[in-house]
Amino acid sequence: MTALSITILAGFLIAILAPFLTRLMKHRAAFVLALYPLAVVMQLLALQRGSFTAPSIQFPWVPSMGLWMTFTLDGLGFLMGMLIAGIGTLVILYGGEYLRDDPYLERFFLWVIIFMASMLGVVTSGNALVLFVFWELTSISSFFLIGYKFEYESARAAAWQALLVTGAGGLAMLAGLVLLGQITGSFEINQWLQNPKLVQESSLAPAAFILILLGAMTKSAQFPFHFWLPNAMEAPTPVSAYLHSATMVKAGVYLLARLFPVLGGLALWNQVVPWVGLLTLVGGALLALGQTDLKKLLAYTTVSSLGGMVFLLGLGTPLAVKTAMLFLLTHALYKGTLFLVAGGVDHAAGSRDIRKLGKLAKLMPFTTLAAGLAALSMAGIPPLIGFISKEYVYESTLYYSNLPFILTGLAVLANVANVAVAGWVGIRPFWQQPEQKDEDLHLHKESVWLWIPPLVLAITGLFMGVFSQGAAQTWVAAATSSVLQEISKVKFSLWHGITPMLILSIVTLIIGVVVYLTSRTLIPGLAAFWKKLSFVGPNLFYSRSMRAFLSVAGWQTKILQSGYLRYYIITIIVTAVTLAVVTLATRYGRLPNPQWTQPRFYDVIFIVIIITSAILVTRAVSRLATITLLGAIGFSIAILFLLYSGPDLAMVQFAVETLTVILFVLVIYQLPKYTKSNYPIQANVLNIIVSVAGGVMMAVLMLLTSAVPSNSTLAPYFMENSLELAKGRNVVNVILVDFRGLDTLGEITVLMIAAIGVFALLGLKKGSKSGGNR
Amino acid sequence: MLFLMAIAAGVLFAVGIFMILRRSMVKVLVGILLLGYAANLLLFNAAPLMRGVPPLIDPVMGVPADYADPVPQALILTAIVISFGVTAFAVVLIRRVYAVTGTGDLDNMHCTDIPCESEEILSDLEDEIK
Repeated sequence: MTALSITILAGFLIAILAPFLTRLMKHRAAFVLALYPLAVVMQLLALQRGSFTAPSIQFPWVPSMGLWMTFTLDGLGFLMGMLIAGIGTLVILYGGEYLRDDPYLERFFLWVIIFMASMLGVVTSGNALVLFVFWELTSISSFFLIGYKFEYESARAAAWQALLVTGAGGLAMLAGLVLLGQITGSFEINQWLQNPKLVQESSLAPAAFILILLGAMTKSAQFPFHFWLPNAMEAPTPVSAYLHSATMVKAGVYLLARLFPVLGGLALWNQVVPWVGLLTLVGGALLALGQTDLKKLLAYTTVSSLGGMVFLLGLGTPLAVKTAMLFLLTHALYKGTLFLVAGGVDHAAGSRDIRKLGKLAKLMPFTTLAAGLAALSMAGIPPLIGFISKEYVYESTLYYSNLPFILTGLAVLANVANVAVAGWVGIRPFWQQPEQKDEDLHLHKESVWLWIPPLVLAITGLFMGVFSQGAAQTWVAAATSSVLQEISKVKFSLWHGITPMLILSIVTLIIGVVVYLTSRTLIPGLAAFWKKLSFVGPNLFYSRSMRAFLSVAGWQTKILQSGYLRYYIITIIVTAVTLAVVTLATRYGRLPNPQWTQPRFYDVIFIVIIITSAILVTRAVSRLATITLLGAIGFSIAILFLLYSGPDLAMVQFAVETLTVILFVLVIYQLPKYTKSNYPIQANVLNIIVSVAGGVMMAVLMLLTSAVPSNSTLAPYFMENSLELAKGRNVVNVILVDFRGLDTLGEITVLMIAAIGVFALLGLKKGSKSGGNR
Repeated sequence: MLFLMAIAAGVLFAVGIFMILRRSMVKVLVGILLLGYAANLLLFNAAPLMRGVPPLIDPVMGVPADYADPVPQALILTAIVISFGVTAFAVVLIRRVYAVTGTGDLDNMHCTDIPCESEEILSDLEDEIK
């Protein structure tokens, strides 16, 4: 396991190096980069000799908080890992050709490999928090890959939407995982699996379950969160094939399967999960029938299939779980192929509209072969593996204890849609005449690396069906065993005799072919129907809530960030006054009585000067008058300092006051003139009320604080130690230059900075806007 | 005396706040100065007011029996000097803003995120396209 996890984590390093390699080798870098997933495949296959499991290893992450990076592998992880690394190899090779002349090819490689490493991290992490980190990394790489063609508004919007939906779900999931961690006291998933009772008996378990289910539903595009997946088709086709069909969207299914032993025992599981899955299964299938775009057709059937997997896991019987695991494998094989085929068709014909495409078989024989095989598998025709998978689906529903006929009926309905779509995507563009003539189509031949990867995938599907007792059987058995936490035997075969399932399969196929043939009337009809229903669709809800969100943000910014200084200050003062009044009114029953000494006659004179000058300042019409009044206030305060035992204060105040007046007089004619500002009356009244309130509050606070007896120990300390320690007799000076010398150093620094600022501003030439003496 | 001091400080605070709510930049600066005076008075009154007993150590008598608290005085001393630095910087800054923008009215400078000029340019462009 050590070697495997190091290989997986090395992916992040390789991803960072990929752009440099791409600059060096152009699109041929794909052949080098594909070695990375190939190495993972090899290592996984080597582990297959054992029991598909590897002993878990731990790297310390935050050991002091009990956080370890645990990596582990079991049958489920193996199955997912094989899909991720195996299809990943093909997608890198395909992508190198598909985006051959694209200027941003290096970004494709970068993000695809980051995605690959993260996704492998998701399926091999044994710690819930590590799993969450990788989970979010897949969302982020999906964001960048959907927005690959960032010049297009639609691509950016789709990327944003996918990130918001899956990111929000991821946060819900994190909350759920943390709850589980609280219940069990550990974030090691193994610990959870070993004590399912602990979780199931907890009262927090339903909340944890719902939160985790939300994470899985958003990631795996379950109704009502399915809408982001079809929109994500803005991504280049190899990305759609890889992330949005074969691997990433299965992370939700993986999570549910992984936690099945813990959460599957809850009553809620059987009440919620199957219905979510069923709704998505049927809804996705019906939505698919109204599409004409190859990728949209595939996207909606992917939604439907993901619903199917969730539905099967929700049923929770051993048979259903086995079927879910088989379906997981099968779906990745045929849907991945069909996506890659769609990309090849788009590349060769320049269109993805099934009405315009036709008779491509001669032009692209190998693509036709791959498409045909995948379509047969999707339609569930023997000897392809899709057939076995469909038989199992019917068996699971038919033998379920609750409502077996309704469930089976709906499954048949979804499969009928799958048959039709398989035909539309995999057969019709290659063999039939196009429905509409399109002069814009520029047909050219298929390129080698655009048909090899889908053909490899399609042939894998064929082999897995024909030799169903080989790899498919062992892998599915291993995955099922780890989901059910007990050794499960699986035996696949193509022929079971005449069974109800076989009859259902034949019925499905017949109806499917009928639907396939009626496309000319069915597609526009259904499309119009869905369009009429779109006003209740979640996509509209999404865009409405985004718009509402933005307008709320704009509204509150307009209120909070007016850009007018006075509104900020009014807010501050009103808040401060309110808080002070509330505190005084509620905390103190009896306010202390302030005590004061008799003022002398000349004290009163200076106080009166201060008050009168201050009030006159508000009425002053010239700048000079203002400065004079300020000087009067400053000098009066200095004299008050002098009278009340502060000679040093008085001296400094005199000096600074003189300097200030000189400064003002020097620059006064360069300052803006006072102009008559036309305030509305109400605004002025508000200003006056606010300032009076502030002044009254400060005066009251001052009286109250002085009424509290001061028993400062600082003053005696400074008085006694001033001479002894600092050899100074002026205690205020000693405090400044000795006891608190460092503060004074700070003060000097501030003055220096102010001086430099003044100097720099004065140095600027009058007209220059950008500064500097040019 | 304290009562009168409190009234003086209160008036200074009120006028200071009133002045920084004005539209003229110079008046805002005056408001800041007034608030500085008010804060100094507030600090000064934090210790009991005493007459004629500065915190000095007599060469002969040593520490006097009665003295004004030196700590608020040290704080005020710092505050006076710093507020002078702020004033000097603010004066030069206002002079510069006036020289560049040609206005002393804060209502002409209320754009937060985007400079007003670019907003105007954008709307001009839109008009041209129409």
